[in-house]
Amino acid sequence: MELTTVWFVLIAVLWTGYLVLEGFDFGVGMLLGIFGRRRKGVAVAGGKTVSDGGSLSDGEREKNRRVIINTIGPVWDGNEVWLLTAGGATFAAFPEWYATLFSGFYIPLLIILLALIVRVVAFEWRGKIDSEGWRAWADRAIVFGSWVPAVLWGVAFANLVQGVELDADHQFVGGFFSLLSPFTLLGGAVTTLLFLTHGAVFLALKSDGEIRERAGALAERLAPVTLVVASAWAVWAQLAFSVAWTWVAVVVAAAALGVVVLTTRARREGWAFVGTAVTIVAAVVLIFGSMYPDVMPALDPANSLTVTNAASTHYTLTIMTWVAAALTPLVLLYQGWTYWVFRKRISADQIPASIGLSLRTITENAWGGKAGGGASSDSAPANDAPADDAEPAPRA
Amino acid sequence: MDALDLARWQFGITTVYHFIFVPLTIGLAPLVAIMQTMWVRTGDERWLRLTKFFGKLLLINFAIGVATGIVQEFQFGMNWSEYSRFVGDVFGAPLAMEALAAFFVESTFLGLWIFGWDKLPKKIHLACIWAVAIATNLSAYFILAANSWMQHPVGTIFNLETGRAEMVDIGAVLTNNTLLAAFPHTITAAFLTAGTFVAGIAAWWMVRLVRQGRPEKARVYRSAVVLGMVTMLVSGVGIALSGDWQAKLMFDQQPMKMAAAEALCETEEGAAFSILTIGDLSNSCEGVTHVIELPGFTSFLATGDFSAEIKGVTELQAEYEQKFGFTDEAGNPISYQPNLAVTYWSFRLMIGLAAFSAALALAALWLTRKGRMTDNVWFSRLALVAIPMPFLASAFGWIFTEMGRQPWVVVPNPNPSGVDGVWLLTAQGVSEVVSPGHVIGSLVAFTALYGVLAVIWFRLMKRYVVEGVADVEHDPSPDNPDRDAAGPLSFAY
Ligand code: HDD
Ligand code: HEM
Ligand code: HEM
Repeated sequence: MELTTVWFVLIAVLWTGYLVLEGFDFGVGMLLGIFGRRRKGVAVAGGKTVSDGGSLSDGEREKNRRVIINTIGPVWDGNEVWLLTAGGATFAAFPEWYATLFSGFYIPLLIILLALIVRVVAFEWRGKIDSEGWRAWADRAIVFGSWVPAVLWGVAFANLVQGVELDADHQFVGGFFSLLSPFTLLGGAVTTLLFLTHGAVFLALKSDGEIRERAGALAERLAPVTLVVASAWAVWAQLAFSVAWTWVAVVVAAAALGVVVLTTRARREGWAFVGTAVTIVAAVVLIFGSMYPDVMPALDPANSLTVTNAASTHYTLTIMTWVAAALTPLVLLYQGWTYWVFRKRISADQIPASIGLSLRTITENAWGGKAGGGASSDSAPANDAPADDAEPAPRA
Repeated sequence: MDALDLARWQFGITTVYHFIFVPLTIGLAPLVAIMQTMWVRTGDERWLRLTKFFGKLLLINFAIGVATGIVQEFQFGMNWSEYSRFVGDVFGAPLAMEALAAFFVESTFLGLWIFGWDKLPKKIHLACIWAVAIATNLSAYFILAANSWMQHPVGTIFNLETGRAEMVDIGAVLTNNTLLAAFPHTITAAFLTAGTFVAGIAAWWMVRLVRQGRPEKARVYRSAVVLGMVTMLVSGVGIALSGDWQAKLMFDQQPMKMAAAEALCETEEGAAFSILTIGDLSNSCEGVTHVIELPGFTSFLATGDFSAEIKGVTELQAEYEQKFGFTDEAGNPISYQPNLAVTYWSFRLMIGLAAFSAALALAALWLTRKGRMTDNVWFSRLALVAIPMPFLASAFGWIFTEMGRQPWVVVPNPNPSGVDGVWLLTAQGVSEVVSPGHVIGSLVAFTALYGVLAVIWFRLMKRYVVEGVADVEHDPSPDNPDRDAAGPLSFAY
């Protein structure tokens, strides 16, 4: 195989890693907004076997939210690095693709970046302050930060399948609205549904108790919808934009989703997760298969960016091949180990009380002020010390 | 403003912002690893308490470092796509290596460290924080390899046919002498930042507790003051040595930056290093007056010889015009001279602000001698004031490095056997298809979001600092037989 093709495949592999892994943690983040609702009596999962969540106390609700977040707690950051690596590898192996894609898809990418930023800090900062209002904001950020990229990645990839407006210099000249068409919007719906199902299955697999029940029930209801919508999009993509051999991917995806429909009914969570994961792999195969040998098909095929005209030199590709061959297996090994270390299910009764601090800060002064009579403040600084929110100590 | 200026502002703002958090992560991760090592080796619970205290501060900081780093990875393609086309063959490689070799390790093992306190055996858990510490430093190496290549392109040829730079020697790119100097300089600067942070916070607490008549509680902070102080002293020496080396390389590789750093208009022998200079803001040579000078020092800094000749801005401008042309494609004259005031002052601020750390380290050395503790209020004040200074020094260091290379984004390598044609003006690197409106929109969005996050970050850090080290800390590791009695998981979400 030509090195350029090797790298095309490798980048597809990196995107597969990203979409399979971050796919479920986007899904779990979206579900936080559904299962973690604050108002009473608005559970979505419904169904006879599932409590509607309406009878829960606020404390139980918060525990449920923390169960949801802790299922992906140790891994979401590592999952996100697959995106950075896909980006970096595209830059190294296909600079023209990197340049045209990211300057062309400027606005969607900007929105994705903003969403990812708030999501990252919300995960890490949420538990740091023990306040209902604080957590409510963090949850909004996680939910927003999970829905937005889930929709937009689908729109973006559907555009790559469909082809975009490039001029003879390979510059994107389409403008933002050219990125929105029925086909691409349906693509956004597919990734959203797929990640939501994938996330629900993952949550059912990793949690226990009430959340497991509700996630299982929701997955069961989502699976058939996802099957229909995803198949419709895949067949459309296949008929309008792809080549014959990618029918294999369409069939595999549909079959895998069929398995998901059955296994979610039987609550075989492990197999259902395999099913959603295989679906995502097949979807990436369809997308990249339909593009090849283009990396960015243009509406006028003469202007397309291809694996050859977008690529780096043979030397750079050779070096990068060695680096990738040496490091990728290692990454898989230690990331796999992480999943093994945290293989246990999480349930609400394992969730300890919040260890966040209260928002208020104490303002005992290090010099002056209370320091003179310091002996009076013999207790260690306590969370509930009555104080305002001023500087810990005034600066000179 | 056109898209170029806006894109430059955006890059400057987002990168300087990213680099507020980066040095603290790079320096603090190893310091936390050292604290935890001390605990594992000595069993002294004081170190466990310090590990958790500074560990939480590290996590708060790490989150925002990651969040702002994601933007950097894509920004080259968004705003600087012509640059990306030109350099991608060389420049993308270290970026991809950084992600594969460093970011994966960093993020995966940090997850293991946060959630593994009660799951992993003590030593393996300790290895996780070391993996994070090493990976953050490794990531700095690769990204600096990319940046150093822009300052001094090596291992590359210019392909006339494709019109772009092409890599021919990865070894040369990864052992660029600019990189070998910039890496220790940036890393030691990061250690100075983290050392000052640790010592500053601990010193403030120590004084506070001693004044409250609770010296036994202050003991734990004394250990941290000593750790921070030693870090500051060692890294301070490293900064000066590596900075001196960088200055000599800069004189060879980017003489214009050297001249601008001194606001040296005319070529001089035995050029002085001025401490104060007055100029008008027109960026022209006429308005510059040096007020206080150290004779011969600039020559010494650049070459090691007090009487060596240093070329001035005017002569260099003429040389560049001969080599690279008088006008750009649109026919406008090109000024090869960076902004004199910015370059001059950022260089001095970078060096000068470290004085606060030095003062803190020396005061700590004296006041904690022979196991002592202190209730000195001035020491406490100095401790707080010193903390932000290395952050600012790093920011000015980057502003100096990056603005001092203007108008180039890829600086021509002056080495005669070097790389003909591998250079790019910043103006040539900007995306062609991105309109000013797009850039304004993203500039406003990033700046606003970053502003909000900075406030939250600061208040969170402050809140955790004011809380102080926990009074008792139970060993949560699975090796501990009574860990069921141990407190709740202190790191999980
Ligand atoms: C000298 C060090 C240094 C410099 C100059 C930069 N960074 Fe950085 N970066 C780091 C040192 C670092 C780090 C210490 O490794 C960080 C900070 C916090 C963290 O999590 O990793 C990081 C995070 C970080 C991340 C997130 C990684 C993750 O998810 O773990 C990305 C994508 C980048 N950076 C990319 C960049 C780019 C493209 C830069 C150039 C413009 C850049 N950084 C400048
Ligand atoms: C984190 C450390 C860094 C800081 C603080 C920093 C700072 C800056 C600043 C202030 C500018 C604006 C200069 C101007 O407009 O005159 C700039 C521009 C730029 N920097 Fe850096 N930089 C850093 C690292 C890097 C690295 C590692 C790279 C490459 C890998 C890089 C590439 C660029 C590019 C492409 C521009 C835009 C062109 C320009 O305006 O100069 N920078 N940077
Ligand atoms: C002894 C005093 C110092 C000297 C002589 C010195 C010298 C230099 C020089 C010459 C450069 C520019 C390199 C180039 O553009 O090619 C530089 C950059 C830089 N300096 Fe310093 N410096 C000193 C102190 C500091 C301190 C105290 C800090 C921060 C705590 C710092 C942080 C930086 C940073 C972050 C950069 C940009 C990155 C780089 O190019 O390595 N420096 N320094």
